Amino acid sequence: MSGIPIRVELPAHLLTLARIEGHEVVLDIPTTPTISTVLDALEAAYPMLRGTIRDQVTRERRAFLRFFACQQDISLDSPDAPLPNSIVHGAEPLMILGAVAGG
Amino acid sequence: MTANGSRVRLLVGTRKGAFILTADASRKKWEIAGPHFAGWEIYHLKGSPVDPNRLYASQSSGWFGQIVQRSDDGGKTWTPVGNKFAYDGVPGTHQWYDGTPHPWEFKRVWHIEPSLSNPDEVYAGVEDAALFHSTDGGQNWAELSGLRTHTTGSAWSPGAGGMCLHTILIDPADPKRIVIAISAAGAFRTDDGGATWKPINRGLHSQYIPDPNAEVGHCVHHIAAHPSRPGTLFMQKHWDVMRSDDAGDNWHEVSGNLPTDFGFAIDVHAHEPETLYVVPIKSDSEHFVPDGKLRVFRSRTGGNDWEPLSKGLPQKDCYVNVLRDAMAVDRLDSCGIYFGTSGGQVYASADSGDNWQAIVHDLPPVLSVEVQTLT
Repeated sequence: MSGIPIRVELPAHLLTLARIEGHEVVLDIPTTPTISTVLDALEAAYPMLRGTIRDQVTRERRAFLRFFACQQDISLDSPDAPLPNSIVHGAEPLMILGAVAGG
Repeated sequence: MTANGSRVRLLVGTRKGAFILTADASRKKWEIAGPHFAGWEIYHLKGSPVDPNRLYASQSSGWFGQIVQRSDDGGKTWTPVGNKFAYDGVPGTHQWYDGTPHPWEFKRVWHIEPSLSNPDEVYAGVEDAALFHSTDGGQNWAELSGLRTHTTGSAWSPGAGGMCLHTILIDPADPKRIVIAISAAGAFRTDDGGATWKPINRGLHSQYIPDPNAEVGHCVHHIAAHPSRPGTLFMQKHWDVMRSDDAGDNWHEVSGNLPTDFGFAIDVHAHEPETLYVVPIKSDSEHFVPDGKLRVFRSRTGGNDWEPLSKGLPQKDCYVNVLRDAMAVDRLDSCGIYFGTSGGQVYASADSGDNWQAIVHDLPPVLSVEVQTLT
């Protein structure tokens, strides 16, 4: 890896869809790690996840998904804001969670 | 099609995954595979008529949106393909339930229709209503926007289930002629491969539309046709079973002696173009079969005269629904009829509907049933 390794935890359905073993992936981010740059890397590595986390046209987060970093809900933060140091240093994963809803 | 060595494969979409049921031509003993895509809504699966091992599936979720899956081995393994359904240009607005303008928003794929001649060519009917087309096996989708941008498009409004394009019928004699249906805009036809469309709703009457000559606004639930007579269309409308003998230019009612002319599913016998099947449903709000009895009604006269078929179906305390894409017919000599219910049962008849058996009892609610006759 030449960039910054970022851990990303994904919902179970997306792990299955992308055929990922375990509950998280590590992505190499070539620039400042942000929600946008991490999702860019995730979608490049796993094209089947395009559209499942953010809209492919508007790039807006899907309504029933949330982003957590270091126990904080950062879903409403700018997707271009730098991620916290704990995530950049690999101590914590960026968590992508599905809302607890539905049947 | 003779029975020797033939098999049938049912493709069942449910609220919580897809199931594939197979049997030999006797259609007595069934093997059940699945769930595929467990936990996801599978609105529809369908195979290519020219390459039966090529299947497409619409997989969707309120959390994660739309996925399209493709199989090249009859459903044993699947690969996600393209899922970018972008409306052509600025999509504008249609009418909301209250009559106000509402932006066009993609929600899901309701129906997948593979080409009759090319396994890599496939159509997708989506909510909010539009028709998409792929020529590379589902990797890339382009809207056939002549439909949505029809002059009536801004006046279309959703039915209770959403503004879905749910029916796609390709004319086997002229694949540039395609009939589609939208709840609750009505039926439309193209004669030039999807570039231009015209509403084909003359003769439809809907109580909630004050104008008896309304060009659009009808809640068409499903349309079926026999491949040998593509100009004869049979429609289950919100209310009324309708028939057209001029490819939809004019319709007349053939509800006849049905106990209720509300329903969703309608299909045509594989070898008898004047034999059709419906499952009457009690409405407007109940949406289950009347009198606690699950009955398929068959007309052998192209409509009007209907007979109930109930042998092997529950005739007491049954309160299920049968949705619009949840009925199919196979092409074996003794035509098989299949349907799935909101209670998770899939019923089959190997003798044109005279006798029925539940081939599976306890699936999640069934959204769609397709059948492939394999040699």
